Amino acid sequence: MVEVPAVPVSPLDAAEAVGRAQQSKGYWQRVRTRLRQDKVTLAMAAVLALLLVMVIFAPYFTLHDPYDGSVLRRLKPVGTPGYWLGTDEVGRDLWSRMLYGGRLSLLAGVVPVASALLIGGFLGTLAGYSGGLVNSAVMRLADVLYAFPSVLLAIAITGILGSGLRNTIIALTAAFVPPIIRISESVTTQARHLDFVEAARASGAGVLMIIRYHILNNVLGPILVYATSLISISIILSAGLSFLGLGVTPPHPEWGLMLNSLRQALWVDPVICAMPGVMIFITSMCFNLLSDGLRQAMDVRL
Amino acid sequence: MSAATTSHPLLRVDRLTKHFPVRGGLPGRRQVVQAVDDVSFEVWAGETLGIVGESGCGKSTTARLLMHLVRPDSGTIAFDGKTLGSAMSRRDLHRQMQMVFQDSYSSLNPRLPAAVSIAFGPLVHGVAKPAALGRAADLLQAVGLDPVVFANRYPHELSGGQRQRINVARALALEPRLVILDEAVSALDKSIEAQVLNLLLDLKDRFDLTYVFISHDLNVVRFISDRVMVMYLGKVVELGPVNWIYRQPRHPYTRALLSAMPSMNPRRRTMAAPLFGDPPNPINPPSGCRFRTRCPYAEAICAALQPELAEMPGEDGRAIACHIHRPGSGHSRATQAGLAA
Repeated sequence: MVEVPAVPVSPLDAAEAVGRAQQSKGYWQRVRTRLRQDKVTLAMAAVLALLLVMVIFAPYFTLHDPYDGSVLRRLKPVGTPGYWLGTDEVGRDLWSRMLYGGRLSLLAGVVPVASALLIGGFLGTLAGYSGGLVNSAVMRLADVLYAFPSVLLAIAITGILGSGLRNTIIALTAAFVPPIIRISESVTTQARHLDFVEAARASGAGVLMIIRYHILNNVLGPILVYATSLISISIILSAGLSFLGLGVTPPHPEWGLMLNSLRQALWVDPVICAMPGVMIFITSMCFNLLSDGLRQAMDVRL
Repeated sequence: MSAATTSHPLLRVDRLTKHFPVRGGLPGRRQVVQAVDDVSFEVWAGETLGIVGESGCGKSTTARLLMHLVRPDSGTIAFDGKTLGSAMSRRDLHRQMQMVFQDSYSSLNPRLPAAVSIAFGPLVHGVAKPAALGRAADLLQAVGLDPVVFANRYPHELSGGQRQRINVARALALEPRLVILDEAVSALDKSIEAQVLNLLLDLKDRFDLTYVFISHDLNVVRFISDRVMVMYLGKVVELGPVNWIYRQPRHPYTRALLSAMPSMNPRRRTMAAPLFGDPPNPINPPSGCRFRTRCPYAEAICAALQPELAEMPGEDGRAIACHIHRPGSGHSRATQAGLAA
């Protein structure tokens, strides 16, 4: 590294200058102030936090074993004493199963999206920034994966790897990588041609420095918002895999699996049947609104 | 002029050429835009070289070529005697030579505070973050912005003049010896433009800078430059000390360009007929002299032979690419003393 000598500019010495520069409001301080004013985002964060706590500490919030069924109390309606959310088609406490099921569902919803975000985001920004041959290679690879419907791709992968939560997560990750590559490639390509990237190149910066300082902060917003919209899809897809016997297997509780098995009781008690769906809906909506709010708070231009 | 102070120029550009391929068009026929064609010039330490010309004449491409933001098709750039590519790496060049872009808004990352934008260059070259930010604060001070107020401001919170000051500070952060100013003040209001120009002059003295100042504004170029280079369709048509060019323009294009400049004196109205139309298409430039299609003095020789840039004796190194100013070129006016001033 070349050591650049200090600029003999002004009476300010470096330490004092840094100190003075830091007196003005920092970035995260501003984000915090703005978040505090955004009631919707705060509410969504609170709901998600509550959900997370209840799911993790499920035994403290439930009275019954989620596996304990009885033919005698099948499909009790909402509000039954002792089973306030009713019971499912084999008489298990629905409230317990909802909380315990949340463990697997949240895992199957968040982990594939997060890992796809890492892999796809990396490949996409790389392809978008490098252009040319690298871009073609990555994008054609993504196109090949994109050609399969994501469900089919996930089924194929779990079919090869075998069933189970771990393989479901791997399969869903693979299914989500191509669309995330697409999104991040297109926003990066847009950002790459802006003058400030050119200016950064003119300071002799390498690819990694430019991506870190100039590309990521401009592309992360849209990518994150898109990724959070995938969380609900991920929960549903993992449910579909479970239904096909490729994901979580009964009698383990999982929202998607519960939705599928309660389907048969639709005419008996539609409210009970809808319950797991309501949980999926609440969760995904919270994630969507939360990411939207975060993006807005973090966007310095607004 | 400072030409005598050093034995070799700070920047020597030799036969620089860049042709951009055109997409589309007739299949099988590869067309190119001759953006910069066989351009050679020198910049001496401490001077300001102004580059003027109409839009599309290759001014900005020249700047980008100098910064190696686009690769030249042919030709060499030597900085301080060291040829880029062999004796000097791109990274080294960028430590010595920086650029200020025209659009002050799009050339700053909207999501980085001013201090970080300025500190980015030093960070790239291995300066620790606190030191780099400290230098950014110093530079903010140097361009007339209080670090306390402006260090954490984002581009959208700044006025055009303030943003351009930050762009200047960023260009200075690596302590370059040469700064290319590509239409750096063109987008500013006249009053702000004057402030920034004065700032540029101050900084030049303070940091011993050399400027390449690109603009379409002839008054600004005259104000700031020591020497002026006039470009037309990717070629240098006239090059020389600012007083020679402005007081006695010789190339027909330079004359036309300067006569199009409105005078402050109502008695000195523009009398000469202006040029008509647009410059020809750089995809298919005219044969011979590129200016001949709009030149009032064009003759057969102008279509046949491309005039080379030739130095005028006794005019402080002024050079002109025109057959009229070359005795024995075959042009009917060449035997006379050229175009009388």
